[in-house]
Amino acid sequence: MYRRSFKDTRSSLGSPNPNFSKPMVALRFLRALSLVRRSGLGACSPSYRARGIRRAAYACMAASAGPRRAWSRALLRKIRRRPGRGLRRPRAVIWRHRPVGGGDRLEVALRRLVPGGGCMEYCRLLEEAADYVKCLAMQVRLMQTIVDSASHV
Amino acid sequence: MGGKHRRIGGEVGWRVGSSSFATAFRPFPSRSRFKMSSRRNRVSEEEINELISKLQSLLPETRRRGAGRASAAKLLKETCSYIRSLNREVDDLSDRLSGLMATLDSNSAEAEIIRSLLPS
Repeated sequence: MYRRSFKDTRSSLGSPNPNFSKPMVALRFLRALSLVRRSGLGACSPSYRARGIRRAAYACMAASAGPRRAWSRALLRKIRRRPGRGLRRPRAVIWRHRPVGGGDRLEVALRRLVPGGGCMEYCRLLEEAADYVKCLAMQVRLMQTIVDSASHV
Repeated sequence: MGGKHRRIGGEVGWRVGSSSFATAFRPFPSRSRFKMSSRRNRVSEEEINELISKLQSLLPETRRRGAGRASAAKLLKETCSYIRSLNREVDDLSDRLSGLMATLDSNSAEAEIIRSLLPS
C-alpha cells in the first residue's frame, strides 16, 4: 500500500505537490488503517498493532508530503528498510557523513530529531525542520480527530 | 635484500598513492569540511534569522514565550522539545487507536472526518 501511494506522489513530481492537504492525508491514513485491520494485525497483541499503526501514520505523513522533501524521503527509506529483503544497492557510505565537524549541541539534537537531518546544511536543516513540524502537527491533529470520532460513536 | 627494498619502496609508494587516491576519489570537495561558523557567515545571517522566525511561527502559542523574538538557541531548544512531544503524542494516539480498532467503523469514521474537514 505504501509503495502504491509513493508512486502516486512520484508521478506528480513536476507539480508543487497537490497531495498535501488535510482531507487527502486523512483519507490516506484511513485507508492504511483499514489495511492494517484487514491484514490480520487485528488478531495480534495491541502493542504490535500500535507499532503498525505508528508506522502507517509516519508513512502516510511522508507519502503525502511528497518526494520533494528530504525528510519525507529519509522517513520512507527508514520505514521500508527491512533486513535482508531483496538485493541491497551498494550505497556509498560517504554521503551520510555530516558535512560539519560538530556544531553546537542544539543543532546536533535537531539533526537527530529531523529524519535525514544528518547531512544537510544548516539552512536546509531549518527549512526541513519547519516543514516536518508542520506535517507532524497536522498528523497529530488528524489522529486526534479520528480517536475522538471513534470514541464518541 | 632486493625484496626488502622493494617492499619498503612499495610501502612508501602505497602511502603516497593512498593520499592522492583519497583526495582524488573523495566525492565532496574539501570545502565541505570547513567549520560551520564560516559557512553561516557566507549564507548570511538574515536568511537564517528569517528561517528561525518561520520556525517560531510554527510553534504553538504556549511555547512561543509571548511577543518578541527569543534568541536562536532558545527557539532551537523549543523546537526540539516540541518535536519530541509530537512524537510522543503520535505514539500515545496510535496506542489508543489500536485499542479502539475493534470499534472503529471505516465508513462512519470517513464520513465524520470529511464532514469535519470540509469548510461548509
